[in-house]
Amino acid sequence: MIEIAGVSLALGGSRILDNVSLTVPKGGVTALVGPNGAGKSSLLSLIARLRPLQSGRITVDGLPVDTTPSRQLAKIMAILRQDPGVASRLRVVELVGFGRFPHHRGRLTAKDHEIIAASLEQFDLSDLTPRFIDTLSGGQRQRALVAMTFCQGTDYILLDEPLNNLDMFHARNLMRTLRRIADEHGKTVLIVLHDINHAASYADRIVAMKDGAVVASGQTADVIRPDILESIFGFSMRVEHIDGRLTVLHHA
Amino acid sequence: MTDVVIQRVMRHEGRLVMMAAVAMLVGVAFMTIGLRGNLAFVIELRAARLAAMVLVGVAVAVSTVVFQTVCANRIITPSIMGLDALYVFCQTALVFALSGFGFAGIDPRLHFLGNFTVMTSLALALFLPMLRRRFDLTLMLLTGVVLGVLFRSLTTLLARLLDPNDFAVLQGAVFASFNTVEPDLLLLAGVITVAGVAIAWRARHILDVLSLGTDTAIGLGVAWRGTAAGLLVLVAALVSASTALVGPMAFLGLLVVSLAERIVGTNRHAILLPAAALTAIIVLVGGQTVLQHALGGEGSLGIVVEFVGGIVFLAILFAGGRR
Ligand SMILES: Nc1ncnc2c1ncn2[C@@H]1O[C@H](COP(=O)(O)OP(=O)(O)OP(=O)(O)O)[C@@H](O)[C@H]1O
Ligand SMILES: [Mg+2]
Repeated sequence: MIEIAGVSLALGGSRILDNVSLTVPKGGVTALVGPNGAGKSSLLSLIARLRPLQSGRITVDGLPVDTTPSRQLAKIMAILRQDPGVASRLRVVELVGFGRFPHHRGRLTAKDHEIIAASLEQFDLSDLTPRFIDTLSGGQRQRALVAMTFCQGTDYILLDEPLNNLDMFHARNLMRTLRRIADEHGKTVLIVLHDINHAASYADRIVAMKDGAVVASGQTADVIRPDILESIFGFSMRVEHIDGRLTVLHHA
Repeated sequence: MTDVVIQRVMRHEGRLVMMAAVAMLVGVAFMTIGLRGNLAFVIELRAARLAAMVLVGVAVAVSTVVFQTVCANRIITPSIMGLDALYVFCQTALVFALSGFGFAGIDPRLHFLGNFTVMTSLALALFLPMLRRRFDLTLMLLTGVVLGVLFRSLTTLLARLLDPNDFAVLQGAVFASFNTVEPDLLLLAGVITVAGVAIAWRARHILDVLSLGTDTAIGLGVAWRGTAAGLLVLVAALVSASTALVGPMAFLGLLVVSLAERIVGTNRHAILLPAAALTAIIVLVGGQTVLQHALGGEGSLGIVVEFVGGIVFLAILFAGGRR
């Protein structure tokens, strides 16, 4: 369970998050949606202790993120940021392998190699393993980063717009993989999405943010409603059941 | 997949072995070429110089690699923190206060420890605030640069007031030179360097993770602030020890790290740290051998290294700009 209580954040004099309280239950996929600048990435980096907490309290699995040793947190929670520049000149296999660092702290075991290989396979990277990251296409690089996050093998996975740059095939593949690890392994996935239909078809719960506050939160079917969507995004759209799936028609 | 990894590791390690062999060869050449006169005396003198060069080379190379990784910048040297400038200023102030004669009379051990303490204190004053607040690396570096400029102008001011004899003594003290090395100091500097290098070596995997960027490193469980502060203190201790032993060597680190990177072709610290250290030994010992025998002079290796290092630095900048 991720518990966020009374979290506010001010940067450069402006209020980015305003007294956010939220509980993400253990197990399942929770999608975080909302317009640009709503504070989704800021909230994620606070949960993942990438930024110091200014006020309020955040716990992951009961562990307060501001006082628990970073290494202990790295074994239960992995984060993929929205645009993590990879500074170092690395090959795909090396980058993905870094995901195992919290477990081995330097010396990879046979089990680590196995997990790395499986992760590479999972995200269709097997042919790219010897390539340098800076020679990949945008979507290929994104897949390598996702594979690295998966490799970490944590119970909690935070993903900030992981579908960026992915083609339809790989976006669907990623969402289905998330669904599967949540269902089969009880993982807790918190994922920032802009494509509302991905959220509608794969998420168990949806949390909507706007102007630094949570404006809606609940079961997917309770949030994917025309009135709520209009209040979040500022235009009206139709919501239909197509083959039993909630579908938002927002192109009109 | 594993084949690729194994092949690469073997290639990197092969390069390291080759570099170690070259370093040994250069060392043997330095010790044996042109031996004449009182053999025992000459060999002892050369051994002391060789030890000093190895110590300084390793300290400078390791500190530069660590500093560059923590700062996420491959064209930066620890001398940006103003430690070299502080060293030169302290020597100038000492010569000014005690005159050249009094300066030469200072107990070398006391002198070494004094220099070491002053330099590490400055570094601590610069780094330790970062443990408390959200730490701004750029601000810290900028403070170092400004302090460096301040020390340099104070040095110029004081140096103007020195008489020519004192000034000559000062020149001897502030240009890195291996011609006179006190065995006692060698031991002191050796202890600091060995301890520092051992810590850096133990941190090699953490250094690899740090080079992925701050956020990724935290996500992978590195306690960033404490780790970075600790590593910077390590850098300061290594730089201070080597500077207090022979004098400032600003460009040596930059020169050898970029050469080593090109030779081994990896940023992995398990390879890069020893490669940079070996390169430094080869450059210093090789340079001194050439200086001593081919050029026949008693010239200062420090000046030569600064000159060559400066040119390499410009070359890297231009090459980097074109890429
Ligand atoms: N360092 C900073 N200083 C000042 N303001 C900032 C800083 N970082 C973010 N902000 C502001 O905080 C607000 C929230 O940013 P955040 O990145 O959390 O939005 P987001 O919901 O992830 O948006 P997007 O969908 O575009 O990724 C934005 O208005 C942004 O401009
Ligand atoms: Mg964002």
